[in-house]
Amino acid sequence: MQASQNTITIDGREIPFTAGQTIMDAALAAEVYIPHLCHYPGLPPSGNCRLCVVEIGNRSAAACITQAAAGQEIRNNTSELNAARKALTQMLFVEGNHICPSCEKTGNCKLQAMGYYLGMLEDHFPYFYQRRETDASHPDILLDRSRCILCDLCVRASREVDGKNVFAIAGRGTEAHLIVNSPTGKLADSTMETTDLAATICPVGAILIKEQGYRVPIGQRIYDQHTIRDIGLQEHATKKQEEK
Amino acid sequence: MANPYPHKYPDSRSGHLLHRLYALQEQFLHISPESVQQVAAEFNVPVSQVASVVEFYSFFYTQPRGRFHILFSNCTSCGYLLQEQNLMLMLCQQLQVTLGKTRQDGLISIDETSCIGMCDHGASLLVNGVPITGLNPDRIAQIARRIATETPVADWPTEWFAVHDTVHQRNLLLAEQFVSGSALQRAFDQGAESTLTAILQSGLRGRGGAGFDTGKKWQFCREAPGETRYVVCNADEGEPGTFKDRLLLHDHADALFEGMAVCAFIIGAEKGFVYLRGEYRYLLPHLHAALKGRRKQGLLEQHILGHAHFHFDIEIVVGAGAYICGEESALIESLEGKPGIPRIRPPFPVTHGYLNQPTVVNNVETLIAAAHITVHGSAWFKSVGTEKSSGSKILSVSGDCQLPGIYEYPFGVTIQQVLDDCGAQNARAVQIGGPAGRLIGAADFHHAISFEDVSTGGSFLVFGQQRDLLAIHCNFAHFFAHESCGFCVPCRVGTQLLKCHVDKIANGRGTAQDIAEMKQIGQLIERHSHCGLGHTAANHVLDGLQHFPQTFTANLQQHFTARFDLDQALEDARQITQRDAAAHLD
Repeated sequence: MQASQNTITIDGREIPFTAGQTIMDAALAAEVYIPHLCHYPGLPPSGNCRLCVVEIGNRSAAACITQAAAGQEIRNNTSELNAARKALTQMLFVEGNHICPSCEKTGNCKLQAMGYYLGMLEDHFPYFYQRRETDASHPDILLDRSRCILCDLCVRASREVDGKNVFAIAGRGTEAHLIVNSPTGKLADSTMETTDLAATICPVGAILIKEQGYRVPIGQRIYDQHTIRDIGLQEHATKKQEEK
Repeated sequence: MANPYPHKYPDSRSGHLLHRLYALQEQFLHISPESVQQVAAEFNVPVSQVASVVEFYSFFYTQPRGRFHILFSNCTSCGYLLQEQNLMLMLCQQLQVTLGKTRQDGLISIDETSCIGMCDHGASLLVNGVPITGLNPDRIAQIARRIATETPVADWPTEWFAVHDTVHQRNLLLAEQFVSGSALQRAFDQGAESTLTAILQSGLRGRGGAGFDTGKKWQFCREAPGETRYVVCNADEGEPGTFKDRLLLHDHADALFEGMAVCAFIIGAEKGFVYLRGEYRYLLPHLHAALKGRRKQGLLEQHILGHAHFHFDIEIVVGAGAYICGEESALIESLEGKPGIPRIRPPFPVTHGYLNQPTVVNNVETLIAAAHITVHGSAWFKSVGTEKSSGSKILSVSGDCQLPGIYEYPFGVTIQQVLDDCGAQNARAVQIGGPAGRLIGAADFHHAISFEDVSTGGSFLVFGQQRDLLAIHCNFAHFFAHESCGFCVPCRVGTQLLKCHVDKIANGRGTAQDIAEMKQIGQLIERHSHCGLGHTAANHVLDGLQHFPQTFTANLQQHFTARFDLDQALEDARQITQRDAAAHLD
C-alpha cells in the first residue's frame, strides 16, 4: 500500500492526519470509528480502557495515545480486535457492580451500549462483588462507585474544563477507586456543581444528577435509538463547552 | 500532544513527599486524614494527590499498625513457607494476632509483602522496616518472646540482622577495584564527547532486563532540548528473586555514584536521584555515608575535582513498596511525589522525564558498568560477552540449589553452566528474569543468558524435582494481581482473573475450561496492556502451559465444576453455629 506523506491507512482506507494528531484523532476526523470508552475528544487522552487497541504491524497500541505517523498501516475493525474489546468490556462489567435493569443510566450508558455494539451476550467472567462506597452527600449529585469503570473522564473533565480538580483515582490494582478532592473526601464538601462537565461526562451510572430520574423514558434514550458508533463519531468536548 | 502531566513537583522545602509521609507514619504508626491534609498544605498539592499516594504504596497505612510491624516476604525463595511449615501463621498464633490486623492493644501487626530481596538468605521478614533473615521455627519463637516482652528491636541479637553478600563468581565488574574519582578524571581528560563514544562503542545495554543501548540513551538525552537534565538510578530492584543490587549498593556504591556523575557530565545534568526501594531502606545510612565521603573528596557538589563548570549532586529517594516503580516512567512519577502509574510513552524519559525534562534512568549495574568502561575503555568491556551482549551479567541465584548467591558471568553463559556452578543437579526448571521472565525446562538448559537468547534483569530461580510448580504459579499470579497498578483494564482485571483460575486449579476444582480461559486472558493481558508489567504478567502461565502443561492438567475435574464452592462459603457459618458440620451439599 502506498501512503503519501501525511496519511495513514486504517483497514485499508487511506486517511489524512495533521502533525500532533493521534490515530484516534485522525480516525474520528475521517469518521472512522475506533471503539472507545475512556476517550473524549477535547480532553487529554488517558489510554486506560484499552478498547481502542489497534494493530500496527505486529504491535498493539491504544489509538487514543498513539501518534499518527506517515505510512502506518493500521488494523482496527478485525474479528480478533473486536473479540479482545468484547473481553475488555466484559472485564469491566464483572469488576464493578452493574445493575443495568435498575440503573438510571440504562439506555444512556456507554458501557452497556458498547456491550451491545460488540455483541456481548453474557458477562463471561466471574463477578468480583467488590464493596465500593456510595457518596450521596451532595444535594444534587450522586456518586455510586459500584458502577465506576475508572475511566478517569470525570477527573480530566473537572481538571481541564471545569478548572476544579474535584476527582482523583486512588488505590492500586483492583483496589483503585475514585476519590473526591475535599478535606472530608465527601462530594458535598467539594466545589462540584451540576453544570460541570464532570457531572455529565460519566459514561456509566457512577455520577448521576439527582432528581432527574427517568425524565426520558426507557426506550427513548440515546443508545435505544443510536449505536455507540453513531454517537462516538459526533462527540466533541469543545462543542460541549460551547453549549455550556 | 497536550502534556498530560502538567503538575510541577511539589514544594520540596520540607523534603520529599514520600519521606514526609514516612516520617509522619513513624510518629503516628499510620497516616491519618489529618496528616494527609497537613502534608497537602505543606507541599501545596491537592489533598487528593496525597491521599492517592498514601493508598497506592503498600508501606503506607491508613489504619494504625502495631508498634512492632512485621512483614514476611512471600517470595518463592525468601518467603515464609518452609517445607511444610508456614512461619507467618506460626508467629501470628504465638502472638495471638490475626494476619493483616493490628492486635487490639496495638503491640503487633503481621502481614506479608512481595519479595524483600533476601532470596539467598532463606525465609526473611522486615520488622519495622529492617530485614531479619534465616528464619526457622526456633527463631520465630524467639522473635515472639521479644515482642511479647516489648524488647526494642535495637536490642534484638545483631546476628539476626546480618546480611551476607556471598559472591561465588566474579567477572568484569566484581573482580575490578574501583578508585574514587578515576572515571570522572578520565572523562574530564578526554571530554564528554569521547567518553560518550566509549560508552557507545562498548555496546553496554541496560542491565534491568529491557536491554536498551545505554550510550544511545545518553546521547538522546544529551541532544534533547530542555532547561536542565537529570540522571536517575533505578535501585527499585523489585523483581522477585533479584538481590544483586543489594550487593552493589552495599559494596560498590562509590562506583555507582561515579557512574551517575559520568552520565551527568555527558548529558549535562546537575542533579541525580537514586530511587531506592523501600525494602532496602536499611541501606540508607550506608549510602548517605558514601555520599558524604564523596562530598568530602570533592566528587560531588560544586566544581567537581576542580572542574570549572561541572557541578553535580545526588539525592536518595526511598520508595514505599510498589513493584511497578521499577518501570522507569512510573519511577519518575513516584519521584515527583505521585502514585507510580506508568506514563504514556512516547514521549520517553530521555526527552520528557523528571519534571518533563530530559532524563536518563539506568539500572544500578548499568551505571557501575559505565563507570568502569570510562576508566578501562570499551575494548576492555567488549573483551567478554557475545556479539550483541557485550560485558558481563550479575545474576542473583536462589531456590533449590546448594550455593545461592551472586554470580557474575560473561554474557553467553549457558543456563546449565550456572546450574552446575550453584550446585543444582537435577533441576526441574528455572525461572529466569523473575515472575515477569521466562519459565525454562531442562530441555532448554543449553540456552545462553544474553539479550539475544534468554534475557534477565538478574533473577535466577531454581526449582528442583520436588518443587510444586503449581504452587509457584499461584505465587506469581498473586504477585501480579497485587502489584498491578490498576491503570489499564487488561492488567487490572486480567491479573485478578488469572489468579482466580490458577487458584481454582490448585484447589482441585479446575476443569479444561479453566485452561482455555487462562490462555485467552493471558494473551489479552500480554498483548493489550499499557506497560511492561502487563506485557509480562502472564508469561509464567503461558510458559507453564506450553512447557509444563501437566502442572495444570494433572488434577482437573472431568465434569463441570461450579466456580462457587458452597462448602467453603458455608464454612464460617458452620463454625460459628457449630451445626451442620457434617452436612455435605452437592
